[in-house]
Formats: sequence, C-alpha cells, structure tokens
Amino acid sequence: MSDLMKVSSNPHIRSKLTTNTIMAAVIIALLPATGFGIYNFGIPALILILVTVASTVLTEFLYEKLMKKPVTIGDFSAVVTGLLLALNLPSGAPWWIGVIGGVFAILIVKMLFGGLGQNFMNPALGARCFLMLSFTSIMTNFDCDAYTGATPLALVKAGEPVDIFNMVIGKTAGTIGETSMIAIVIGACFLILLGIIDLRIPGSYILTFVIFICIFGGHGIDPAYISAQLAGGGLMLGAFFMATDYVTRPITKNGQILFGIFLGIMTGIFRLFGPGAEGVSYSIILGNLLVPLMEKITLPKPFGKGGEKR
Amino acid sequence: MAKLTFVGGIHPYDGKELSKDKPIKAVLPKGDLVYPLSQHIGAPAKPVVAKGDHVLTGQLIAEAGGFVSAPIYASVSGTVKAIEPRRVVTGDNVMSIVIENDGLYEEVEYETPKPLEELSKEEIIEKVKKAGVVGMGGAGFPTFIKLSPKEPEKIEYCIANCAECEPYLTSDYRRMMEEPQKLIDGLKVMLALFDRATGILAVEDNKPDCIKLLKDLTKDEPRIFVKALKTKYPQGAERQLIYATTGRAINSSMLPADAGCIVDNVDTVVAINAAVRENRPLMHRIVTVTGDAIADPRNFIVRIGTNYAELIDEAGGFKEQPEKIISGGPMMGFGIFDVNVPTTKTASALLCLTHDDVSAMQPTACINCGMCVEVCPGRVVPKKLADYAENYNEEAFVANNGMECCECGCCSFICPAKRPLTQLIKSARKMQLAKKKK
Repeated sequence: MSDLMKVSSNPHIRSKLTTNTIMAAVIIALLPATGFGIYNFGIPALILILVTVASTVLTEFLYEKLMKKPVTIGDFSAVVTGLLLALNLPSGAPWWIGVIGGVFAILIVKMLFGGLGQNFMNPALGARCFLMLSFTSIMTNFDCDAYTGATPLALVKAGEPVDIFNMVIGKTAGTIGETSMIAIVIGACFLILLGIIDLRIPGSYILTFVIFICIFGGHGIDPAYISAQLAGGGLMLGAFFMATDYVTRPITKNGQILFGIFLGIMTGIFRLFGPGAEGVSYSIILGNLLVPLMEKITLPKPFGKGGEKR
Repeated sequence: MAKLTFVGGIHPYDGKELSKDKPIKAVLPKGDLVYPLSQHIGAPAKPVVAKGDHVLTGQLIAEAGGFVSAPIYASVSGTVKAIEPRRVVTGDNVMSIVIENDGLYEEVEYETPKPLEELSKEEIIEKVKKAGVVGMGGAGFPTFIKLSPKEPEKIEYCIANCAECEPYLTSDYRRMMEEPQKLIDGLKVMLALFDRATGILAVEDNKPDCIKLLKDLTKDEPRIFVKALKTKYPQGAERQLIYATTGRAINSSMLPADAGCIVDNVDTVVAINAAVRENRPLMHRIVTVTGDAIADPRNFIVRIGTNYAELIDEAGGFKEQPEKIISGGPMMGFGIFDVNVPTTKTASALLCLTHDDVSAMQPTACINCGMCVEVCPGRVVPKKLADYAENYNEEAFVANNGMECCECGCCSFICPAKRPLTQLIKSARKMQLAKKKK
C-alpha cells in the first residue's frame, strides 16, 4: 500500500481559483465595453479587435514554439492583452496597426522579459504608446462613420461644450473600448464582486485625479467639468483594467494606494499641462516603472512587529 | 457585537460534517504499542524500563530527558518487547519503546487526589510536569513550562483554544460537546495558577451549539468567559487567537506570556485537569479519523501508542482507495506514506483523501496577483519571500521579514498559480533557524 500514497509538504489543499479563471473573468468583464465599442463603431471595430487578439495569441504561440518552451496560450493572458490593446485603438485604424501592436506587446514587452508575470510594463499599454509615437496620425485620428472631429476630451481641453450624457453612455468619438463609462464600470463591478480587483488602485487614482483637476483645472469644483474629465478619454478603462494589471502594479496594499495617487497626479499633469488631451497611458506606464521602488518603501509591517519581549 | 477576528485568512472547505455528529468511540489496541521517545519539543525522554520488563497501565516508562522534555507513560499493561528505532509520522526513525499488550489493562494505583484548593501553585505545576502533559494541538511543547512564565503575576488571560480552525478536524468539538465540564475544570486549574487572569474559552462561530453549551455551564463562573470567533483559518493559530480575543499582537520572537496570555488547546486543558485533579498521567488522546476515503469517519479516544492502521480498521476501513493520507489536518498535517506508525501525544487526526489537490495542479508562473498578501495573517509578502527562498537570497529573505511567517499555509492555498509558497518559505526559515542554533 505504501507505494501508492502521495506525499508532499503541507498544506495539502488548494483553492479552486486558477490563473485561467482570473484571465477568463477579466475577459468577461471587458465584454460590455467591447460590445458597446462594436455597437458604437460598427464592423471595422469588430475586425480590428479580432485581428489584434489573433495576433497577440499567435505571437505568443509562435515564440514559444520557436524557443521550444511550453505553450502557455491556454492561460488566456494573451487574449486579455490583445483585447485591451484593441480597445485602446481608434476604430478607423487599419488592420496592420493591430498586428504590429499585438506583436510588439507580446514579443517585446512580454516574452522577451520572461513571459507572463515577468514584464515590468503593461504589454497593451506599452504597445499603445509605441504605436502612438510611431503612427501618431493614425492613432490620433478618431474620424469614423459615426463621428467626425475631435474627441470630447479634446473639446473639454479647448474649453468647448460637450454632451456629458452621451459621454457617460459612450456615444462619442474615441478608441474602441474607452468611450462608454457605464459599460466599463459594469465590467469593473463584476471583477470587484468576484474579488479579482479591489478599489485600492482605481479609487485612489480617480480620487487623486479629481482633487488635482479641482485645484489646477481652473474650473474649481465644477461638477460638469469633473464629470467630463472622468467620462472622457481612457481614464475609466485605464483605472479599472490597466492600472489594476496584476503584473505591473505594486503587490503591497499601501503600495497600491501610492500607485493610484501617483497615477492621478500624473494623469492630471498630462491632461492639464501636456500638449495632448490624454495622458492615462503614459501615466500608467510611468507608474509601472516605479513599481519596484513603491513596493520597497511600502513593505508591510509584519503582525506584532514592535511588540516588547518581557 | 463585532466578530472577533484578525486580518487575512482563508475559508477552505471544512469537511467537518463527515465526523462531527458521531460520538467519540473508545478503541482498544490490538497490536503492539509503540512510544517514540521524542513526541514533544525538546530533549527525548529517557527510558526507565528495559526489554522484558512487565509494565502496568499508567506506569512511567521514560522520564524527562532534560528541562524542556516530558515523561512518557504506558497506556496498556504488558511486556516491554523492544527499545529500538521505529518509524513515526514524519517519516523519521525515532528510538521507541515497544510494548506487547497483554490485554488485561491492569492499572497502577494513583495517589488519592487532593482538592484543587489545597494544592499550592508549585504542586499544580509539578503535577502537570510529572504527568507528561504537552501541547496536544500539534506543537508538543511541554505544558508545565508554559504554565510557569517568568512573571506569573503579569498573566491576564488563560485562553483555552477551542477554535479548531483546521478543516476536517472535529476532535475538540466532540470533546467539548461530550465532556465540557472537564475542559472548564481544566481551565479553572490554570486560573488557580494566575491570580489576576481571566479564563477565555475561544470557540469559532461555526459551532453555535458548543458556544451555547459552554455559556450555560460557565454562567456562574465569574472568571470564565466564552468568546465566539469568526470562522476563518487560521483562527486557532496562537498569535491570531490572542489577537482576536485580546487585541494584543505578538511577533515571532515573542511568547504569549509576553502579551500576558497563556494558550492551551482543548485536549491539553483536559489533560491538565486529569493530571491535577485525578493524578492521572497523559495516556489517551482523541483522534479524528476522517476523509472521503474512510467508510465511517468519526472520533476515537485512543491509547497513545496505538497503530494508525488499527484506527483505520476501526473506522470501517477504506471505502475508496485513498490517494493521500495525512496525519493532522490538511493545512498543517504531515503527508504520510505508511500508516503503520504509532499515534503520539500530538497526533490530532488521520485524514484519508481520495483526491490530492497538490499533485493534480501544476505550479505555473506567478502573476503577481497579490492574493497571498491579502490572506497572509503574518502580514508579510509571501510572493517575494518565496522568490528569495528559491534563489537562496538569505539576506533579502530576512530583511523582508521572512522570519515572521507562521507557516499557516494560507498563501499556498490561495495562490491561483498554485505555487508552493509556504513550502519554499518554510525551508528558508528552517535554514535560518538552523544557522542561529549553531
């Protein structure tokens, strides 16, 4: 009988939660925003999403085959990256933008640094910033069948009036997934209820950002201005889905709050004083780079530390 | 009232329904009884019998081998068959006294006990020491040392650990339901040692019947209080228990006495009671035999030294082939490869599972999700510590509070990547502790 027993060091039980279920939940949580993006921008958006997701998954698969490593596309993390990247592209972008972005995100940002869990920068955002710098005119052209002209955030920056109701619903110009505040918040609530993300980062991020624009925005505490800033651009998508990316945010609880505060301030600076209207992607990427430092200074105090021995 | 609890912790499937409603059954050993000389923390006991000697139930067979040590008593009458190394639950071979049971259970005459009021504090501690009582929750620390802190007048709480937070285990629950008075009397013995102390019976709130029973029985006891704790693993871990009941936090280098507390688990308190009020040494303990592979899971009152295999037979044998057998609970117990080992003073359970989670799930890359940080009751960063442990980065391991880990296993349990975090941290801690000893 003895040769049939399995032995291992304790604990001997494990929770049911796996990396796959977490990634699948994130994908489900992104579906409202994705669905609204397709509804809002039509078939071109759908095609761009499919191409981008296919390119991220395929890049990971081919890289791992080529390097003779175990294939890990089954954990769905490449799907999440592809989907997030696609939601950050303008619907009018050509298909090859999705391909280049997907390859850059997976190959350069993720796999070359060691694959899942080793990248220091959010792959989707890294790719987006790369595309913004390399193909600026494509990435900042939000004209499509449904909308022409500037994004609401650009209008806000220029001091022109915007329709806040449409901004909250999402019926405005912008990238595929960022326009609908409601769809994003529904997905985020799903993740919060499942306990996959919590409010530490999004909460401190949004709160800091609001305080920052109240002080420096030149509008004081103006609800219309604040809601336009919150609903416009990639703030909601960034705060709930990109800043909370496990791999590239601090692991310590206080570090997460610090991270959120940093992002809030940086986004405020980029949006108010930068040349463009948007600054969420750059803020998060900058924040990603400071994560090791933030983790170091927010190392938690262990239980009972400082107690006196008698 | 807010629930008494701590920060962190997990909610695993508790499996207690398998065995909790069946009364404790007494088992008589069939084969030889084996008494490892080291079934406590500290120096191994020294045999005082030789091969061929006839012994009676309750007779001293090995005396304490040092200050931190405990004597061992025969739990049956019979003949000493051998004194030789035998395998124990941890897989080690430990020098053991083997007694052939004559089946007569002739018992030694115990001294007529004096009432508690007539005993001095020194006499009480001496009786606990003589009876070989050790922490029966698993650690096996000699209880008389716990009961004699440097400054006894500073002890404010005597806590009976009735949390039983470990999944599947129901031995404390059954003991409390069937013999609650012994527990309360044992706690009174402890309180007799510490004039300023309050007694606390700390029970998890998944045992409401037990809480009610103990409350009824202690309503006229001015010094004893029943406290309901939130059900969460590791609620019964000493540091978490003290925090939940008193709000005091102690770290790894402190003892409960530093926070004015003495903590003992249910079986230990009952053993203190037997030692002081009945002059009876520690010879029995309750063992839960359970798991989905066992035909009739239940609790047994076992003569220490009985072979585990006999307990499995008593519980109806296996209804399905087990894949893993654990001595103790699933969070803190030892996986064993052979059931042909003796029960000891610290053997709380025998858990037979048809399915082994650990081998079914392969570790994958860490995604830095931080769930280990969320659940860690020690408030360290298990992910980082495990990385340092894996890379033998001892300096960083210590600098990042690696020694504050209490090895409760929550991080390994929760990890979605199924990484063996606790195991890595545990081995690094062992190395550090071994270095300190040198």
